Amino acid sequence: MGEQLLEVDKLQVRFFTRRGAVHAVRDVSFGIGRGETVGLVGESGSGKSVTSQAIMGLIELPGSITGGDVRWKGQSLVRGPTAVADMKRVRGNEISMVFQDPMTSLNPVFTIGSQLTEVTRRHLGYSRKQARARALELLDLVEMSNPRQRLDQYPSELSGGMRQRVLIAMALSCEPELLIADEPTTALDVTIQAQILELLAELQERLGLSVLLITHDLGVVAGTCDRVCVMYGGRLAEVGPIDDIFETPAHPYSQGLLRSTPRVDEVMSRLVSIDGAPPDLVAPPIGCPFAARCGVFSDRCLNELPELAPIEEGRSVACWHPFTAT
Amino acid sequence: MFAPLVAPHDPRQQDLVNRVQPPAWSDGGDWSFPLGTDGLGRDVLSRLIYGARVSIFVGLAVLVVAGLAGVLLGLLAGYRGGRTDRVIMRIVDTQVAFPGLLIAILMASLIGPSIRTVVIVLAINGWMIYARMTRGVVLSVKETDYVEAAEIIGCKARRVMWRHILPNLAAPITTLAVIEFARIVLAEAALSFLGVGVKRTDISWGLDVASGQDQIFNSWWLVVMPGILISLTVLSVSLVASWLRVIADPQEREKRFAATQIRRGARDDG
Amino acid sequence: MPAGTPSPQPDPVIPGSSEPIVEVEHLTIRFPVGRPGLWGRHQKVVHAVEDVSFTINKGETLGLVGESGSGKTTTGRAILRRIDPVRGTIRFRGQDITQRSGESLRHLRRHMQLVFQDPYASLNPRMTVLKLVAEPLVVHGIYNSADEAREPVLELLEQCGLSADTADRYPHAFSGGQRQRVGIARALALRPEFIVADEPVSALDVSVRAQVVNLLQDLQAQGGLTYLFIAHDLSVVRHISNRVAIMYAGQIVEIADRDSIYDRPLHPYTEALLSSVPVPNPRLQRDRRRIVLSGEVPNTMEPPVGCRFASRCPLVEAQCHVEMPPLSPRSETHDVACWVR
Repeated sequence: MGEQLLEVDKLQVRFFTRRGAVHAVRDVSFGIGRGETVGLVGESGSGKSVTSQAIMGLIELPGSITGGDVRWKGQSLVRGPTAVADMKRVRGNEISMVFQDPMTSLNPVFTIGSQLTEVTRRHLGYSRKQARARALELLDLVEMSNPRQRLDQYPSELSGGMRQRVLIAMALSCEPELLIADEPTTALDVTIQAQILELLAELQERLGLSVLLITHDLGVVAGTCDRVCVMYGGRLAEVGPIDDIFETPAHPYSQGLLRSTPRVDEVMSRLVSIDGAPPDLVAPPIGCPFAARCGVFSDRCLNELPELAPIEEGRSVACWHPFTAT
Repeated sequence: MFAPLVAPHDPRQQDLVNRVQPPAWSDGGDWSFPLGTDGLGRDVLSRLIYGARVSIFVGLAVLVVAGLAGVLLGLLAGYRGGRTDRVIMRIVDTQVAFPGLLIAILMASLIGPSIRTVVIVLAINGWMIYARMTRGVVLSVKETDYVEAAEIIGCKARRVMWRHILPNLAAPITTLAVIEFARIVLAEAALSFLGVGVKRTDISWGLDVASGQDQIFNSWWLVVMPGILISLTVLSVSLVASWLRVIADPQEREKRFAATQIRRGARDDG
Repeated sequence: MPAGTPSPQPDPVIPGSSEPIVEVEHLTIRFPVGRPGLWGRHQKVVHAVEDVSFTINKGETLGLVGESGSGKTTTGRAILRRIDPVRGTIRFRGQDITQRSGESLRHLRRHMQLVFQDPYASLNPRMTVLKLVAEPLVVHGIYNSADEAREPVLELLEQCGLSADTADRYPHAFSGGQRQRVGIARALALRPEFIVADEPVSALDVSVRAQVVNLLQDLQAQGGLTYLFIAHDLSVVRHISNRVAIMYAGQIVEIADRDSIYDRPLHPYTEALLSSVPVPNPRLQRDRRRIVLSGEVPNTMEPPVGCRFASRCPLVEAQCHVEMPPLSPRSETHDVACWVR
């Protein structure tokens, strides 16, 4: 697997509201190596987006990182006297991010060109000419049609897919080593999604990028990731190589998720749904967060919080009764 | 309303013996006329208290008349759209462009100055803002799914407007009404000062300022007292409006709450 | 044990009776765009739906699939008579409803209803669940007030999997899935025969989607409902539909029974669409031959002459640019609009 570029270590994030403190991320630890694509899968309330925001230092009031660490190439981005400065240096430069909604991520009053050149001018000190040349390069890289024209157009003149390409171009402008993509294709049409995912795969190979892909779409994960982290109730439920997780899911939640997903290539007689709803993270349950909805829970599950423990080489599960491969 | 109970004197009672007395704390004054008297011996404090009646009455009356008319027209324009909307908005635009003072002077000369005149004039000048705002709210709410749902289940237009669209108006209209109230009080004072507001025999802060302006250097209290009251009223009403706006925004409150929690050092280590 | 084991035999296509409940013929809808000119007429027009014809039979679920700009949502709204077509007829239970308006249209609402996409926006936040679900009953005079209608409302809520104590609470107390159930209960209140479900599960979490899809299926089995299921998610559509129509740029390009569409698609767009949908099976995904379309969805303001898919079609020929292919049958249950296939 090689060296770990990014290490998330026992991360805790809380949002302080009058109703109580929402413990959105509870003790999450994982790593991303060079050239790896790691998927962070979960539904709303699982904590996956908050985790990615914490890595990029984007947690704002009323939220705050209340524990744990995020390390980039060994250096902490959260703790210590140089953390803030390091985060600023790294963000947009060595680690960059692509968000879900291209409609709102681009500033409507600036041209594509000015938004693209801003990054290189700020982080790498490029002159206007250099930055513009680089911008054209990037638009080529993301296979944008008519790149010269696009530089002078405004976001409203582009379609959703094109805007997402621009966002990817912006994210790549300083040649980052890690790209964090938070639901990058959720707002796009299916055929456009396929284009963008294909593009991401190509870019990754060509540039040796590591990617952290956050999504709720199991199909997207299946087509792009090497490893998967499944999150539920603010914690990691299961981590492992992609084939293993999809073929022999160990955590009951992963299994439930797969069983309740309708597929385009097969007919399922009846979708097996997971009863109930995600837990309230203001007062998270003492034991396993999934216990109340789990088909195989026991008393231990209700009272003891299972930690992420290895079950095989490269696989770990946070469950007292994980399924084992037959 | 409580003026007759609160005011120490009959504001119209002239007491020529005690005329032009300064406020109680200056020499020459005494506490039976706490804020002094004017040229005809009338007690300033009592006049101020009675004047408040006029201001409040005018404020409320204009709010009701202009508010109702404006909201109704705004509703029609927003919900019906199309030609109704264009026609009503054109009327709004025309009236906004029309100089309010001119109307005031016109009215005053046509039907004579009085409290009723003031109310009519200020209402004519003031309904447009309600119409514009209502129309804005209606236009944005009209597009929401739940309004469409109401129409699809078979609600008639009136019900949709009343039950689904109108409740969204409550908050912005209240804030607007409060601000408008302050503006109307000021406007009434201004009109009365100019002589095109209430009758000369009525009591109004504006009138007091007007009649006192000639003697401003001798009997300064005749102008300053009503002036202070006008300012105080407008200021306090504006403060209430600001406060209303802040408490209506839940996001700001949450942010401030979170900041204090974090400062207290909430951490989860280990 | 591998997850998501399919049933051993293919699901039999549940036949609706062949009695049509909704008939759409040559439906054409255009929207003016931009500012009206001097005399109130608009220069630019969006050709949202162009010459669309299909029928929906009683008791069946027709899946209407398309991407943005396909016109699927507009078609659904047109059938409900929320939008006026420029041309074409819509028939409901044999009666022409294209020109209906006013009171007779309101009356029609008792027979056809809509389930919305967004569970957060489709419920008035100031009304309790009771009032929301009772409103259709009150508005049509069946009951005089929401309180009087409490019993039937509680029954409806139970049918939709909501407990009785939800009735007096407000929407913000509930999750997306629960709110969607409230929306479904409201749509059922008047016991309509036909329901347009406009992306009813797109805004919900994956595990909750299954719950709502199952609910819709159960309700259909219990009440003999007919659904027009509008969606862009082909996986869900495969699961719930009897027949499927694929729309592209305002037109139906292919319409057939469900298995034919998914196993033997004919139109190149349908093929590309199906191959673009990612499948939650990593080995399969790696090995799949995917048809990735280039280019963008056409501009519906200036639709091209000829087939609207021609600019992106991998099988395009000369004729495709010249003349629009008609939707014509290739078998008893399979119609395609294509010159090449």
